[in-house]
Amino acid sequence: MTVERTRFYQVGSWAAGNRLLDPESASVQADPHRANALTCGHRACQGCGEALAARWVLDTAMRATGGQMVVVNATGCLEVFSTPYPESSWQVPWLHSLFGNAPAVAAGVAAALSAQGRTDVRVIAQAGDGGTVDIGMGCLSGMFERGDDVLFVCYDNEAYMNTGVQRSAATPPWARTTTTPVAGEALGNRYGQGKDLPRIAMAHRIPYVATATVADLRDLEAKVTAAMSIHGARYLHVLVPCPLGWATTASDTIHVARLATQSGLFPVFEARDGAVTDVTKIRHRAATADYLRAQGRYAHLFTPEPRTEVLDAIEAVAQRNISEYGLVDDVEEAAP
Amino acid sequence: MTTDLPFAITLDVGTSLANKTGTWRTQLPVYVSRRPPCATACPAGEDPQKWLYQAEDGDYETAWRTIMAVNPFPAVIGRVCFHPCQTSCNRAQLDEAVGINSVERFIGDEALRRGWTMPVAVSTGRRVLVIGAGPAGMTAAYQLARLGHTVVVKESAPHAGGMLTYGIPRYRLPRDIVDAEIARIAAMGVTIELDSPVEDLAAELREGGWDAAFLAVGAQLGKRTDIPAGDSVRILDAIAMLHSVADDLPPLLGRRVVVYGGGDTAMDAARTARRIGATDATIVYRRTRDRMPAHPVELDEAEAEGVTVRWLSTISQVDADRIVMERMRLDDAGKPQPTGEYETLTADAVVLAIGQDTDLTLLDAVSDVNKTDGMVGVDQDFATGHRGLWAGGDIVADQHTVTAAIGHGTRAATAIHAYLGGSTGRPSVDDRAPADFGSLSTWYYSDAPASVRPQLEAARRVETFDEVVAGLTTETALYEARRCMSCGNCFECDSCYSVCPDNAVIKLGPGLKYAIDPDYCKGCGLCAAECPAGAIEMRPENS
Repeated sequence: MTVERTRFYQVGSWAAGNRLLDPESASVQADPHRANALTCGHRACQGCGEALAARWVLDTAMRATGGQMVVVNATGCLEVFSTPYPESSWQVPWLHSLFGNAPAVAAGVAAALSAQGRTDVRVIAQAGDGGTVDIGMGCLSGMFERGDDVLFVCYDNEAYMNTGVQRSAATPPWARTTTTPVAGEALGNRYGQGKDLPRIAMAHRIPYVATATVADLRDLEAKVTAAMSIHGARYLHVLVPCPLGWATTASDTIHVARLATQSGLFPVFEARDGAVTDVTKIRHRAATADYLRAQGRYAHLFTPEPRTEVLDAIEAVAQRNISEYGLVDDVEEAAP
Repeated sequence: MTTDLPFAITLDVGTSLANKTGTWRTQLPVYVSRRPPCATACPAGEDPQKWLYQAEDGDYETAWRTIMAVNPFPAVIGRVCFHPCQTSCNRAQLDEAVGINSVERFIGDEALRRGWTMPVAVSTGRRVLVIGAGPAGMTAAYQLARLGHTVVVKESAPHAGGMLTYGIPRYRLPRDIVDAEIARIAAMGVTIELDSPVEDLAAELREGGWDAAFLAVGAQLGKRTDIPAGDSVRILDAIAMLHSVADDLPPLLGRRVVVYGGGDTAMDAARTARRIGATDATIVYRRTRDRMPAHPVELDEAEAEGVTVRWLSTISQVDADRIVMERMRLDDAGKPQPTGEYETLTADAVVLAIGQDTDLTLLDAVSDVNKTDGMVGVDQDFATGHRGLWAGGDIVADQHTVTAAIGHGTRAATAIHAYLGGSTGRPSVDDRAPADFGSLSTWYYSDAPASVRPQLEAARRVETFDEVVAGLTTETALYEARRCMSCGNCFECDSCYSVCPDNAVIKLGPGLKYAIDPDYCKGCGLCAAECPAGAIEMRPENS
């Protein structure tokens, strides 16, 4: 999705707003009357990327739907930290059932609303990567295949953080988790490449699939707005760094997400009806090693000595993404 | 307990607002103001970031008043300053420095066009004498008049402005701009007495009934050097030459002119020589380009106009139609050393631009003023050893630029005001921590080039004394002002408000900025890390 950047102000629209920007051009998050769908007092860790992304996504959806929406939440960090009984941080109609069935519950809510003739109320389902790529995978595929009128949002922090940083099928290779420790010859996660769920969603030929991160608010808001303007099964995959599981500094959450996109390791794109239609280009190319070095879960790739063969393999992944998605403009690359 | 709750539910739904997560915190974000590098660098004491912020929404008058608090010559400075603010600008490390100087010029011109004036305080009845109507003297006069003192400026020349009028060529600084900014000061009640040299300051102070005086007579004499010269050669000094041109009495230099020296005056002399008829203007300088004291922009513009430079050369002999130059080499210490190799260059005239001297004979009878190497000794407030006498501008040891002179004038005036009982102390010192490049989150600033001031074609410049560098338009000035990254100071971009995962930043509304909600801030530091301007600092909770 090409976001219109205002290039006139100090920060243009790379920042949320500006005192000189007319309110129409400011982001939803700059609005003093934003919904704050996930409000204060939740128990997410300091610097939680998932809590941040959830508010960004749902506040945008609230604006897009005029506040007429229902949220279905899978089990996971997001559910646990927001709703310790009997408290709730949600300022939207919100429903939780089980870990694996959020897509099915959301499909049911959509069907019920349809049966009641409530075409004005929209449904969003949300889950972490575990609830999406592992446990909820079957239900989600079914939801896609039936074309249920639901936007499913995956907040991907690349492991089961709530239960103690266990590996998921979204954990990248060589990342250290508690179930893929660094011990002896084992250098963290030794399985494959992780499931590429955006690609799996695209294979269902659903009308809208997009990726986003907490490093680009404007892009994320534009994608949620676009998704809410379409009916049918839609999928949004948001990369959300986890200071606990990634062993990063709490204040680095956005910075690390930015390095993920700028290194090419996390391609940000938009796909319609199964084909990539727009790509967010890399703006300031970052080294993959800088992305990895910022995270304790990759510390073993640098100490006691750099594991060059692994670093090269990860760089190759970035290079493949760059060429596959066209993340770098040849012209811009040539410029000094 | 209510009985109509659903099956197996024993408590009503509550809000998480009851959970004060602020108790987790070990550090708290605090909004701070840091000192931007432009403010640190300005010899006149301006805070460009502050007035650029005011100019960003088109409020040029407020911006102008901010400048005028320290500098009564924005239109002049916007043309002739070597803008150390831009040299130090953090944006230069991102793309290009903000064109602060061009915005200041735009604001200065706008003020003249619209006739903005500064208010004058009620008269104090105190009388202050200013000697010299150059930038230092006129700045002091302006500041003292603003504070309600009666000021008389005595100027030896028939025109006010000092080096603004007689030293800086008109193609860089049009005379009407100088006159207009001086007239604005005169209109505040400052009396300027032209053709009124002070020859004996002791007598003047004794007999004039002055409560205080500020001495800023400048360095009016071109330095001479002892070069063996034959008969009928034309050797003149650059200061005298520029003075004559300013008086519309250009000296006859001939077609081939050699300028000896490597400072800005040498550039001015060579460029002026081209304009008054020289076909060849050659600068002879004893060191190399990178060691030249002239501002690189001046050199670039001179070269663009066809001025040539002979590096590593000294003039050892001047004859009627040629000079003999000796080649130099730099020793390990970077000092030029003779090589014994000579060459000749045809020349009709030689202009010496090797420095300026002061004429301090008016101080002969003032014994308690320290005069060393032609410079008047002053303290940090520009007070001399003589009670009630201050000095500034080119007669004190500092950079000898217009901008520095303005800084002297303002600081001395502040001290004089205190001396006259008007205030109790020195101007407040800007002790904010510096906002260096590393404290910014530059990702948020979109890339944009500086507005380049359209330049007249070099060929056309040589023909006339038209102003070389044209100004910004309303749109480009606004654009340029908005390129300021607001280093170290909040400009209300809503970044902190948007990136807080705990919704613990409170947006207070336009102009009111933000507050941290201590009940819910967990102290993660994302707001500080992502603040584009570096205007948030994390402080340990127990401090």
